[in-house]
Amino acid sequence: MSHSISTTVRRKDAVAKASGVTEYLSDQFLHSPLHAKCYYSSIARGQIISRILPDLPEDYFIIGADDIPGKNNLHMIIEDWPVFADKDVRYLGQIVYLVIGPDKAKVLELHSQIKIEYKEDTPCYTLEDSMTLVGGAQHEDDNVYTRYDIHHGNIEVPFEKAHRILEKEYYTGYQEHVYMEPQSMFAYWEDDSFVLHASAQCPFYIRKSLVGALGMEPEKIRIIQSTTGGAFGGKEHFPDVLAGPLAVAVYKIRKPIKLVLDRKEDLAYSIKRHPSSVNIRTAVDKKGKILAHDIDLRLDGGAFSSCSAVVLARAVFTISNVYNFPNVKVCGRAYCTNKVPSDAFRGFGAPQAVFAIESHMNYLAYELAVNPLEFRQPYLLKQGSPTITDGVVHEKVMLPEMTKRALEMSGYKEKFEEYKNVPGKGIGFSYFLHGCGFTGNGERDLIKARIYLKKDESDQVFIYASNVEMGQGLSTTFCKVAAKSLDIPLEQVDYVGPDTSIVPDSGPTVASRSISVVGFLVQKAAERLKEEWVSGEAQSITQDYSPPEGMVEWDQDALKGDAYPAYSWGVNIVEVEVDPLTCEVDTKGIWGVYEVGVPIDRQIVEGQIIGGMVQALGYSHLEKLECVDGRFKQATMADYMIPTSMDFPSTQSDIVDNPFEYGAFGAKGAGEMVFDGAAPAFGAAVSQAVDAIIDEVPVLPETLMELTDEGQ
Amino acid sequence: MKDNKIEFTVNGENKIYDGDPLRRLLDVLREDYEMPGAKEGCGEGECGACSILLDGKLVNSCVVAMGTIQGKEVMTIEGLKENERGKCIVEAFADAGAVQCGFCTPGMVMASEALLRQNPKPDEQAIRKGISGNLCRCTGYDQIVDAVKMASERGDGLW
Ligand code: FES
Ligand code: FES
Repeated sequence: MSHSISTTVRRKDAVAKASGVTEYLSDQFLHSPLHAKCYYSSIARGQIISRILPDLPEDYFIIGADDIPGKNNLHMIIEDWPVFADKDVRYLGQIVYLVIGPDKAKVLELHSQIKIEYKEDTPCYTLEDSMTLVGGAQHEDDNVYTRYDIHHGNIEVPFEKAHRILEKEYYTGYQEHVYMEPQSMFAYWEDDSFVLHASAQCPFYIRKSLVGALGMEPEKIRIIQSTTGGAFGGKEHFPDVLAGPLAVAVYKIRKPIKLVLDRKEDLAYSIKRHPSSVNIRTAVDKKGKILAHDIDLRLDGGAFSSCSAVVLARAVFTISNVYNFPNVKVCGRAYCTNKVPSDAFRGFGAPQAVFAIESHMNYLAYELAVNPLEFRQPYLLKQGSPTITDGVVHEKVMLPEMTKRALEMSGYKEKFEEYKNVPGKGIGFSYFLHGCGFTGNGERDLIKARIYLKKDESDQVFIYASNVEMGQGLSTTFCKVAAKSLDIPLEQVDYVGPDTSIVPDSGPTVASRSISVVGFLVQKAAERLKEEWVSGEAQSITQDYSPPEGMVEWDQDALKGDAYPAYSWGVNIVEVEVDPLTCEVDTKGIWGVYEVGVPIDRQIVEGQIIGGMVQALGYSHLEKLECVDGRFKQATMADYMIPTSMDFPSTQSDIVDNPFEYGAFGAKGAGEMVFDGAAPAFGAAVSQAVDAIIDEVPVLPETLMELTDEGQ
Repeated sequence: MKDNKIEFTVNGENKIYDGDPLRRLLDVLREDYEMPGAKEGCGEGECGACSILLDGKLVNSCVVAMGTIQGKEVMTIEGLKENERGKCIVEAFADAGAVQCGFCTPGMVMASEALLRQNPKPDEQAIRKGISGNLCRCTGYDQIVDAVKMASERGDGLW
């Protein structure tokens, strides 16, 4: 039975957006008195030995490290990313200066006259370079930003008595977010405060990152979110990196300044998805049963750590996926290299992990000559199963029902048998899960989310939280939750856009936590307001986060306990045809079945599903992003190709209800999980079509040509 | 100096432009006429966020130089949203859930209008082709395809 809250309503922002009335940052500040242009380092690693700056006409400025009033670093997870490069540079594209002035053309002219002389050091571009400390260590003495080791069960004995040991390494590449609205911000000085409007996911992150650099109290730094034209993780920490230099400039000049990246700059210098390399060694017994996995998981973090530690945590905790493997050892590391920093991107480490383990399950099935779907069944997690971090799966696991539904929808079994004898055709299957909310003790100890609900004299209700609408439908779903709890019409509830001076810190818009964690606070606050409701009177409610009960307490040192309070679950099936001559892959069918607790709005969740799967299928074979000598070869949107309406057929999806006690109306996270399963399902389909193991995304025609040549 | 005044119309209104003929139509619409409905997503003719109709044809205004539009008719989302067809498309986008972050959407609505003018009853393939010059990173397109279908059905006779 589907919940009545799931019934689709028209999105609150739809008509204004479709009719072009909604203003994004560059529409809101069409005319800026001053324009800014970043000056980026042109080498990947080295020392700055001299700088020659042009003479500046009146009202023009070149702002750099010397102008910083506070400390030269941005506070993210750690403080390693400088506001401006000062003595040395760590990647091609690091900001050295900000050139500012009233006339755009003149700004560009001055920009072209800056000359910096570098003494170049040997850069380190790959995980291998980083591990072997090419050019010397850059982060501590081993280039490792973060290391997470997991010991679940014991792998030594199983490996000793194994009948066979099967080993393979899996790779995933870069991905660029390509939110349609490029990074944009506008800042000014008002009274004695710094004010910044930004297209961003986490206004409080920006504020926190600026406190040290400006040497100002957080209350004197005000961040206002502007309508955000897509983000996908690309506007989680990267706005901090632009806000730093802009804030220093405004601090000095005290005039309004607009900073909008053009698409080329955005593609070249904004953060990307972490490339990964995952090696899995598996001990199996005589009957082909998995005894243990020994896993080495490496992420390429790029030049600064940013949020690599957190991405790594999710990758490591997701590596056993939907399976109950008895013995697993994981050694997870995020490394420093001299490339644009890697950072948040929808799925946040999970897609890399799920690709590796799902591809490995296919590989094992292939080596053991068993059916890949049947091979998976005995390991599926159930309610009460232990997790890889020795926590427990608390919820009922709906995978059997979901599998059945996905098989019916796609005709997987018949097609799988049929395509064994049809070269060029294939169908692939994947399972996946996604932990809801922040990892480990994040919600309880770090974020401590708070929201307000306020009602005015006309009984209009307003939701105050720091989570942003960035396309995922939050301004509608939050209002639905409140309206339903209060039993009032949707029109009577409004979502107040985040502004750090008026909303409480309910945490960042990340990790699909908005509905599963903050939405629940909205519901609880609304239930309380309903009890206290006095018509015609202004009323307000503050609601704080409290952790779900009955969890296995998280121990951050031992990495043990419930890494997440609940999981969202999914099954994906993809069908492909591979052209025998060009090796181009044509996707013929896309199916997905999802369990997201309860969808707060069916159409909105379906929109996330379709959008997420298509973005992930882009990641699987269209979106090639190569970094050569520290520079991305794909420099424009003509070179870096994201899916168009012609690339994929329509997606068939279904949603299974399974209410989560601590989510708004039973909801769990949806927006990230929908990205996790498409790449391995696509890889499996291509594997069948070309009769070779796919161990890498993106799957490129040139790789397939090599594979099929080898096979001949 | 020779007179390089450029006369054209925007949403039916006469305009005379006598600035730099190399400026992009997109910038003139946004900065000079304060019509920010056309967005800049790429600035190089790849994404379609800046789509407008030029003499009824869908074009990317970021690659149109002012010098080339003498005597032409420009229609932007600001104009389209005021007429019956525009309203019908906008409503269909809203009902089909075809709007997420919305940055591509005004351009998508322009592309839908251009398509429906040519082919008032497009099938799925024709719709996918018709909007293929407009990139959307959020929706995965299915709901946009549904929206165009819905507009075509509801707006029977409008095109
Ligand atoms: S901005 Fe004109 S096509 Fe992208
Ligand atoms: S709705 Fe975001 S790009 Fe289309």
